[in-house]
Amino acid sequence: MKRFVYINDDESPTQEIYCDNRISNRKYTLLNFLPKNLWEQFSRFMNQYFLLIACLQLWSLITPVNPASTWGPLIFIFAVSASKEAWDDYNRYLSDKKANDKEVWVVRQGIKKHLQAQDIHVGNIVWLRENDEVPCDLVLIGTSDPQGLCYLETAALDGETDLKTRAIPSACMGIDSDLLHKIKGVIECPNPDKDIRRFDANLRLFPPFIDNDVCPLTIKNTILQSCYLRNTEWVCGVAVYTGNETKLGMSRGIPEPKLTAMDAMIDKLTGAIFVFQIVVVIVLGIAGNVWKDTEARKHWYVLYPNEGPWYELLVIPLRFELLCSIMIPISIKVSLDLMKGLYAKFIDWDAEMIDHETGCPSHATNTAISEDLGQVEYILTDKTGTLTENKMVFRRCCINGIFYGNESGNALKDARLLNAVASGSPDVIQFLTVMAICNTVIPVQSKTGAILYKAQSQDEDALVQAAAKLHMVFVSKSGNILEIRYNASVLHYEVLEILEFTSERKRMSVVVRDCQNRKIILLSKGADEAILPYTAAGQQTRTFSEAVEQYAQMGLRTLCLAWRELKEDEYHEWSLMFREASSTLVDREWRIAEVCQRLEHDLEALGITAIEDRLQDGVPETIETLRKAGINFWMLTGDKQNTAIQIALSCNFISPEPKGQLLLIDGKTEDEVSRSLERVLLTMSITTSEPKDVAFVVDGWALEILLKHYRKAFTDLAILSRTAICCRVTPSQKAQLVELLKSCDYRTLAVGDGGNDVRMIQQADIGVGISGREGLQAARAADYSIGKFRFLKRLILVHGRYSYNRTAFLSQYSFYKSLLICFIQIFFSFISGVSGTSLFNSVSLMAYNVFYTSIPVLVSVLDKDLSEETVMQHPQILFYCQAGRLLNPSTFAGWFGRSLFHAIVVFIISINAYAYEKSEMEEVAMVALSGCIWLQAFVVTLETNSFTILQHLAIWGNLIAFYVINWIVSAIPSSGMYTIMFRLCGQPSYWITVFLIVAAGMGPILALKYFRYTYRPSKINTLQQAERLGGPILSLGNIEPQPRSLEKEVSPLSITQPKNRSSVYEPLLSDSPNARRSFGSGTPFDFFQSQSRLSSSSYSRNCKDN
Amino acid sequence: MDVDGGESSSSDSISVRSIPIHSRQSEDFLYKFKQQNIPACKPVLTPAWVIATLLLLGFFFIPIGLVTLRTSRGVVEIVDRYDADCVPEAFKGNKVSYIKDTSVPKNCTLVLKVHKHMKAPIYVYYQLDNYYQNHRRYVKSRSDQQLLHGLKYNDTSSCKPEESNNGLPIVPCGLIAWSLFNDTYKFIRGTAELRINRKNIAWKSDRNHKFGKHVYPFNFQSGTLIGGGKLDPNVPLGDQEDLIVWMRTAALPSFRKLYGRIEEDLDADDVILVHLMNNYNTYSFGGKKKLVISTSSWLGGKNDFLGVAYIFVGSSAIILALFFLLLHVKNPRPYGDTAYLSWNRKGISS
Repeated sequence: MKRFVYINDDESPTQEIYCDNRISNRKYTLLNFLPKNLWEQFSRFMNQYFLLIACLQLWSLITPVNPASTWGPLIFIFAVSASKEAWDDYNRYLSDKKANDKEVWVVRQGIKKHLQAQDIHVGNIVWLRENDEVPCDLVLIGTSDPQGLCYLETAALDGETDLKTRAIPSACMGIDSDLLHKIKGVIECPNPDKDIRRFDANLRLFPPFIDNDVCPLTIKNTILQSCYLRNTEWVCGVAVYTGNETKLGMSRGIPEPKLTAMDAMIDKLTGAIFVFQIVVVIVLGIAGNVWKDTEARKHWYVLYPNEGPWYELLVIPLRFELLCSIMIPISIKVSLDLMKGLYAKFIDWDAEMIDHETGCPSHATNTAISEDLGQVEYILTDKTGTLTENKMVFRRCCINGIFYGNESGNALKDARLLNAVASGSPDVIQFLTVMAICNTVIPVQSKTGAILYKAQSQDEDALVQAAAKLHMVFVSKSGNILEIRYNASVLHYEVLEILEFTSERKRMSVVVRDCQNRKIILLSKGADEAILPYTAAGQQTRTFSEAVEQYAQMGLRTLCLAWRELKEDEYHEWSLMFREASSTLVDREWRIAEVCQRLEHDLEALGITAIEDRLQDGVPETIETLRKAGINFWMLTGDKQNTAIQIALSCNFISPEPKGQLLLIDGKTEDEVSRSLERVLLTMSITTSEPKDVAFVVDGWALEILLKHYRKAFTDLAILSRTAICCRVTPSQKAQLVELLKSCDYRTLAVGDGGNDVRMIQQADIGVGISGREGLQAARAADYSIGKFRFLKRLILVHGRYSYNRTAFLSQYSFYKSLLICFIQIFFSFISGVSGTSLFNSVSLMAYNVFYTSIPVLVSVLDKDLSEETVMQHPQILFYCQAGRLLNPSTFAGWFGRSLFHAIVVFIISINAYAYEKSEMEEVAMVALSGCIWLQAFVVTLETNSFTILQHLAIWGNLIAFYVINWIVSAIPSSGMYTIMFRLCGQPSYWITVFLIVAAGMGPILALKYFRYTYRPSKINTLQQAERLGGPILSLGNIEPQPRSLEKEVSPLSITQPKNRSSVYEPLLSDSPNARRSFGSGTPFDFFQSQSRLSSSSYSRNCKDN
Repeated sequence: MDVDGGESSSSDSISVRSIPIHSRQSEDFLYKFKQQNIPACKPVLTPAWVIATLLLLGFFFIPIGLVTLRTSRGVVEIVDRYDADCVPEAFKGNKVSYIKDTSVPKNCTLVLKVHKHMKAPIYVYYQLDNYYQNHRRYVKSRSDQQLLHGLKYNDTSSCKPEESNNGLPIVPCGLIAWSLFNDTYKFIRGTAELRINRKNIAWKSDRNHKFGKHVYPFNFQSGTLIGGGKLDPNVPLGDQEDLIVWMRTAALPSFRKLYGRIEEDLDADDVILVHLMNNYNTYSFGGKKKLVISTSSWLGGKNDFLGVAYIFVGSSAIILALFFLLLHVKNPRPYGDTAYLSWNRKGISS
């Protein structure tokens, strides 16, 4: 499907077909708000259920209570979520309006007019000035720049802060700016999509504007909505996509809401309760009808008619249905939403998760999934920028077989290299030229005269900076002319083509013309396997491979630089093909890659650069801690195998040889891969019994085969393996791996920082974005954004764990209290002729569910079972959350039993203590209700682990509020319970009864809890005891006194003792900065080694059994 | 119990300005709240604490239970079931036809023997067993508005099926009023009649605020189907105390309602003759009618339940405490010994 845009044609029919530029992010309009919102809310099962109940209650024959007791809360809940929606929508409307009303210069009837942005139509010519925001997607046709360039800040689009260059298409080159608004033509472009990196279109100008040629357009020729024009006086462009059809508009859209494991469990439990309720209703309904027919007719005062209406059999079951409807607490949704909102706020507020370097706090974009953080089982992490700082520093290089920087660890200080530069060694000069030119960096002259580089990739930045330090300074770029200053001389190069980097090609090249000698050169840089195979036949690439190997083992990122001189006609011939490929609309990327391939051969490899990407602070500790918490780590990186393994080693991802073992899955063909996989699986299943850390390493190629042909076997492997390193993987493979783990029913967390991680982040149960140097793209797509990898520890162990615990308590408690009141009603029906009488009045019932029992439990949002320090020191405790030990059918059964027991206590005591002359209905009801309120206050007290002043306020304040409210109600003569509460509070027997209920209800619970706490303690209990009685918890040394001394002899990493080296990797050189870093600041390294992660491995495997 | 948390350096991240002390404090509190760092007290279930609590519970509950039980036992109560005895021999086989037959005299005499001195005021109750005043159909069948406002209030649909008769509304409407209990009692001690005060037997709040002072019974019990007692159409509902008492529905199928008060002491071995009109039909559903004469205590009537329950709970608590004490002495459990953590245990053994 294509769209034809007729430029500047006011009569063109396209103006009618395509929408105008009115942006609308609104979900509702004024008219459809109510029906649409209600429809959305009622698409949830819970709400349908409550609505059904509320409607049934309107039938006065069957309703046990005033319909208001359900309608009130229901309307309240609906009003709350509707007004939240309305508020959000109103804000969207305001921001839309701001964008729509903005005035821009648009050409109409050949005249430039000042119009509102919303009136732009497809095909209009729009003029923008410097620092204007782009109102819609435009194809450039003119700029103030003589070279036809303009600079664009795309931060709002992709989060990248550097400036991007955009150029006008060749067909529009040289058109006088006065004629621009008279231009006519047609643009053939694809239908709107959301790919902000692709725009495969053609432009044809109509006479009198030059040739009738088709001119290809790419994303380079567009300026997209919401970008800002910088450093360019003016531009003018043709609107191609407008309104909600722009690239940005298309990629917007509300992502699917993620459902936490806990929500799923709560839904399941709700379902179970619903079934239970139906059973109760059926049983009681039958019993009621039987009693009615056998007994009730004898009770003349009830005056049952002999002939009832046809629905008579249904009346009693329906009454019980209404009576039991409160089993499913209406308040749980509101309470949970409130709590979840607070969890998210706590993450936002956490002062310990503020990145002090950038002052950037952590942020929870998705407020609904905090509990899932506590249940993470797999973390899939990106390497660059996530584990590492993504602060690239040029460290070493190998030029023509000579290694520079090996001694000092910094090639820039290597005297030999400096000498070589000074003496003008041709190899070195070529090498530096490639470093300086082969890139897409834009130099910006700052006011002080210093040159700043705006680079899209950190590697390019590092290379250009390093070249500058080695006296090859990339001074400026004006149009296609690059200016390089080498020592005193100034060199000019004209850029002819840029063969861009793609993750498939893994290399980029530029074709430049040396302005001094008019030679055309191809300069390439890329991954070694993307360059070395294409070198000229005669060249020896062994030294380069060795250099790459050596650098990779140090955890350095390597790039291979190469060049080739092109013949004039070879270039021209190729250039035609390239142009043709660039203007195809279908599979353009692939076609271009193919054409590029034709040029990039017979290269002369110049050397290898090695760039260091330092580990972030606290990465090894974080990984160690989280692994002890039973979380499995997978590293998914685009980097090469050896670099990945080295980084993995230095950040505790895998252990060195005696403890750990690396299993390689490789092979180029299906057979090889499958054999390799079988071997690995075999080894893996043998070693699972051993306390050994086994990890497998797989590269992108083998992974492709595995995912395609051996998915099942690979899944088995994935389940067996706690650690995996996947290198050379593409963004889509990352997402596929997440998908694979999710399909095994594991909770996955994906963490990454760059655009290439976005898909994996969106795919995972929890996506965490590091707001790092590769822009904010990942952080925007993520559910949580954090400043540094090490905050992950706190995010999971503190926030995730607390959230899980708190929600577990809140949800089960909500069911407990609803069941409690419901059981009492059921018991009461046995002494009221199974007729469905409600013991409690409507006001009490409503207030009980919505108010009395909801407030105290809400402060459990502050409850901490263990202090943060304890959790950090004993991360294994996370197991309870991962395995869902605090909310599952068996814990729920406990709460169910408790509510049954409490209901029996309350009921038996109330009806016996208030028997005979005291058996007045309202009084008995209030005694029972008071009993429930008191019990629930003590239940919350007993289940609360830490009491802050707020807890005391809520629990005891609620109890006081209960009396105050009831006194107020009792003071109203027209209310049903007029004077009841005063009467009761004046009776000693009331207080005696209430205390009896509390003692009889809580005594056994306390005793049971104490018994289990002391004699069958869970790990949490033990740690609680240790924490509160043992003073400042145990030092780490105490945890494992035994293995520690043993471990002393074992080397931390295979650095000092080469005997520990594995078959896969070489010992790390001792001067590597990575190695030093991994020791942490003053922490004895053997601590991390000595933690017996072995024991926890079998332990965490068992999670799934529970 | 100890207090921890909150010692984190909160002040340095708050901008230091000259803020009044209270706002400074609340800001500090807010900061701690945001950091989830409010000082908290973390109680722990130590043996000492739990055993002490249980013992304390026992030591409080047993005396209270004893006092309660003693109080309850101190109440003198005479209960006499008369529904069966008052049926003449001829009708023993068919009690329902006896009670329905208006021509049969319903008067009956009981002889009550006071076994213990009873101090005034002595309360006279009637007790009904197996009578479901809490039945859903029954309990709803009333109109509070009509009781207060009378005929001015028309919406008496809640009173079904006793809301109108012959097209005219009934005041008071509904099943509860319609089934008003109508046995009457006359007490004779020796030769003189024992005066029963039948005033102020209903709640004052009901008389004044729930039942209208100017609402008179209308069209009451005039239908073909006559339920319970009739009302004097010349006495306003607010003064019909029997009705008011009856309309305070009972929550249990067995209940007592106040009939009146004897305001003089009864001595032990006094013999009291009760002349009663056995009008109310409990025979058709097997209900029981009892006459209860009882003194009262600060806890109300005779009810051993609370006392027994208190003693039971108290002694259970003490037994539990002793059990835990024994368990603790026999099998002391080192608290918070992280060696019990499984991951550490394995770590040591491996």
